[in-house]
Amino acid sequence: MSTATTNPPADQAGQRKAPAGERVADWADGRLGIYGLAKANMRKIFPDHWSFMLGEVALYSFIIIILTGVYLTLFFQPSMTEVVYHGPYEPMQGIRMSEAYASTLKISFEVRGGLLVRQIHHWGALIFLAAMFVHMCRVFFTGAFRKPREVNWVFGFLLFVLGMFTGFTGYSLPDDLLSGTGVRFTQGAILSVPIVGTYISMFLFGGEFPGHDFVARFYSIHILLLPGIMLGLLVAHLILVFYHKHTQFAGPGRTNKNVVGMPLLPVYMAKAGGFFFLVFGIIAIISAIATINPIWALGPYRPDQVSTGAQPDWYMGFAEGLVRVMPGWEINFWGHTLNLGVFIPLVLFGLVLSLPAVYPFVESWITGDKREHHILDRPRNAPTRTALGVAWITAYFIGLVGGGNDLWATHFHLSLNAISWFVRIFFFAGPVIAFIVTKRICLGLQRRDRDKVLHGRETGIIKRLPHGEFVEIHEPLSPGQLHTLTAHEQYKPVELGPEVDENGVKRKISPVQKLRAKLSKGYYGENNQIAKPTAEEYKEISEGHGHH
Amino acid sequence: MKKLSARRRHPLAAVVVLLLALAATGGLYAAFAPAGKAQADETAQSLAIDEGKKLYTVGCASCHGTGGQGTTDGPSLVGVGSAAVDFQVGTGRMPAQQPGAQVPKKPVIYTQAEIDQLAAYVASLGAGPITPTDKQVDPAGADVAKGGELFRNNCAQCHNFTGKGGALTKGKYAPDLEGVSPKHIYEAMQTGPQSMPSFPDTTMPEQEKKDIIAYIQTVNGSESASPGGLALGGLGPVSEGLFAWIFGLGALVAVAIWVAAHTAKAKKS
Ligand code: HEC
Ligand code: HEC
Ligand code: HEM
Repeated sequence: MSTATTNPPADQAGQRKAPAGERVADWADGRLGIYGLAKANMRKIFPDHWSFMLGEVALYSFIIIILTGVYLTLFFQPSMTEVVYHGPYEPMQGIRMSEAYASTLKISFEVRGGLLVRQIHHWGALIFLAAMFVHMCRVFFTGAFRKPREVNWVFGFLLFVLGMFTGFTGYSLPDDLLSGTGVRFTQGAILSVPIVGTYISMFLFGGEFPGHDFVARFYSIHILLLPGIMLGLLVAHLILVFYHKHTQFAGPGRTNKNVVGMPLLPVYMAKAGGFFFLVFGIIAIISAIATINPIWALGPYRPDQVSTGAQPDWYMGFAEGLVRVMPGWEINFWGHTLNLGVFIPLVLFGLVLSLPAVYPFVESWITGDKREHHILDRPRNAPTRTALGVAWITAYFIGLVGGGNDLWATHFHLSLNAISWFVRIFFFAGPVIAFIVTKRICLGLQRRDRDKVLHGRETGIIKRLPHGEFVEIHEPLSPGQLHTLTAHEQYKPVELGPEVDENGVKRKISPVQKLRAKLSKGYYGENNQIAKPTAEEYKEISEGHGHH
Repeated sequence: MKKLSARRRHPLAAVVVLLLALAATGGLYAAFAPAGKAQADETAQSLAIDEGKKLYTVGCASCHGTGGQGTTDGPSLVGVGSAAVDFQVGTGRMPAQQPGAQVPKKPVIYTQAEIDQLAAYVASLGAGPITPTDKQVDPAGADVAKGGELFRNNCAQCHNFTGKGGALTKGKYAPDLEGVSPKHIYEAMQTGPQSMPSFPDTTMPEQEKKDIIAYIQTVNGSESASPGGLALGGLGPVSEGLFAWIFGLGALVAVAIWVAAHTAKAKKS
């Protein structure tokens, strides 16, 4: 303790001896202003629903990937210099390979815990992307992307796309025969781009494929560039979640202006912390019991070798599928070749992938809905959106089926050619069928909700009336349930207005407006939503002839 | 003369001619063959051929023709050699049953002795790859690493990195090589069954074949080590992706539901 007496407040503090924790907090507040931050955010409310935790799964797996990735950098050599293997793995003795491959073998067989960490990193990557995928589905189908959250939706979308490419570059680092084939495939796709393709390829690989550079380049991209951007986006994503507050499902006491749930501190933090360890634990268990990417069995990459069954990780399987099923079309003119067999899939890949990014803007344009939404839609109450989402997912998964066509062929005794045709047809037909079926189901569920509200819940109890008639007893819903089932708003389609103006002159309506009105009918037109019961209808039925 | 030309079309004429030819060759052979031990071998050999021919006539002639000349239902066997028969019958592919994209493996229905007799008979129709001896196919002491490299160069494009099998066009497939005996691997390389190319000793010497056998047995046997845990079929990213979605994400969603269900409810606190 200071003995100086020139500073009375310090002296007083010394006499009072606040607990150490408080002093640390005071110290930090003086410099960082944490009290203000904490006051604003500690009691931030988070609603509870399991599907709201999918984003957390993605967040935690990202953290796990970063931690294990840092461990891998300690031992991984991003170099394509050729070496001869003399390590402990017998079936590779004396084989020429790049240092990258040799160091991955070393991580797997010589570094303590190396194989487990490698497997956690890779399983974590697959689960990270899968978690982002279902998180996006949750946000989409509940309409959580609507104003004011469109920008955050785009951030999330970018995280998914960047995650795909981070995963792809990481998967290519060990320079094994499988991933090398994938890099070759990617180079082929780049080459198929008219005019600039060859230049981009030469630039990316520093000359002819494979060259001596790509592992080192992919390494910088994989551990620095992309994770750096992702980290920035992630922080922005979370700040926006805080700023906008979390959405919630409709329910008694929940409005567009409040959030019902638990405070961030202590409840939510404790839960989230525990959940982190659960996620880590599950990924670790999976990594301890199941192999992923056994590069020792694949052999080092050599451009003159190839194996059947060469697929990318699942998140790139959609692109693989498109290329696999595309007929090998080609146009030759004046000594130039346009390789449509690869270029069209590349364009389709980009198009289909970017549809989710623009969807929020398209929907709000079509419906003319510019208001803020903090209450989530139940998917059935937005049949057209739900059906569009399911259609997109169908196209995506049909593409994935195409990516694994050889394995479906061998394991289900099918013809490879038949599967290619199936994918070619159902890549287009599947989404249409899915759209129609989903919409029917949604409308059916809406009708059931309406019935439930008006006539109550079917109890399964059959009663015999004095005159012999059998009736099932319907139990009226509780006010809470009634509220939940009728809380959603129903919109009117955008109207074009009268065809002639007040002077009887034909109004000019642009084709764009006409299109919009048509699309808007597709969302909110007569056959696209079931009118929810009005209070009068409810009264009439519940007071009139009672339940039956 | 007229009688003869009428009988020439008799269904059994081919058999008679063949028997005559065989008898003639056999006779000539017996006359010119060196005496002694070799003669004993020769008689054993011709006995095997005779027995083989009987088996052949019952089990194979309907498709491959009475003299192995082939029919619309099966290719000619002249010159395929004993190795082809040993492989085809020894892995249960022959006798084939219903037509399909590719003749599948089935339980073997002949004993090894009978297979040897069939092989001897077919070999007698024309020279071809000879069934290898046990010593020729023994992978002991072979170079596994070199075998791996050879395998990735010559076989992986159809059979996958570690011989787990793969699809070819129109329902054809290169089978999983797990559990295939060294002799049959060797013979497959010698004879190139169905869509598989053949790798005769001129392009792939005996030692290289042994290396390949050693590699297959090391990485794709029932006792192959899988240092990382469950191998998930050794099929690569497709099975890994399915596993990650079903078990990885499945478990995480289950836990999320559990956590969300066990909550300090806001109204209780
Ligand atoms: C139902 C018809 C059928 C029967 C019976 C049959 N085969 Fe075949 N065999 C085929 C066909 C078709 C092929 C060509 C496809 C293949 O290579 O598997 C073939 C191919 C073969 C080959 C490979 C030829 C080559 O070019 O390498 C051998 C050897 C063979 N058969 C031997 C036999 C023997 C020995 C039997 C009797 C035990 C037999 N087959 C019975 C239909 C038959
Ligand atoms: C062009 C593709 C192709 C290549 C290359 C190829 N194979 Fe095959 N292999 C096949 C097919 C197809 C079959 C199935 C043949 C059949 O059923 O008659 C087969 C069958 C086999 C079998 C028999 C398996 C069994 O279950 O009985 C072995 C052993 C085998 N191959 C080994 C090899 C080896 C070793 C190499 C490399 C030196 C190789 N193959 C290269 C296509 C290929
Ligand atoms: C979104 C984030 C990331 C994803 C999806 C991802 C994915 C992958 C994948 C799939 C592999 C192949 C692993 C294998 O089977 O060998 C890999 C390798 C690697 N990753 Fe990552 N990674 C990410 C972030 C990071 C970060 C932040 C680092 C480092 C700070 C890192 C370092 C490495 C290293 C060094 C390798 C090569 C080592 C090896 O292959 O064994 N990764 N990554």
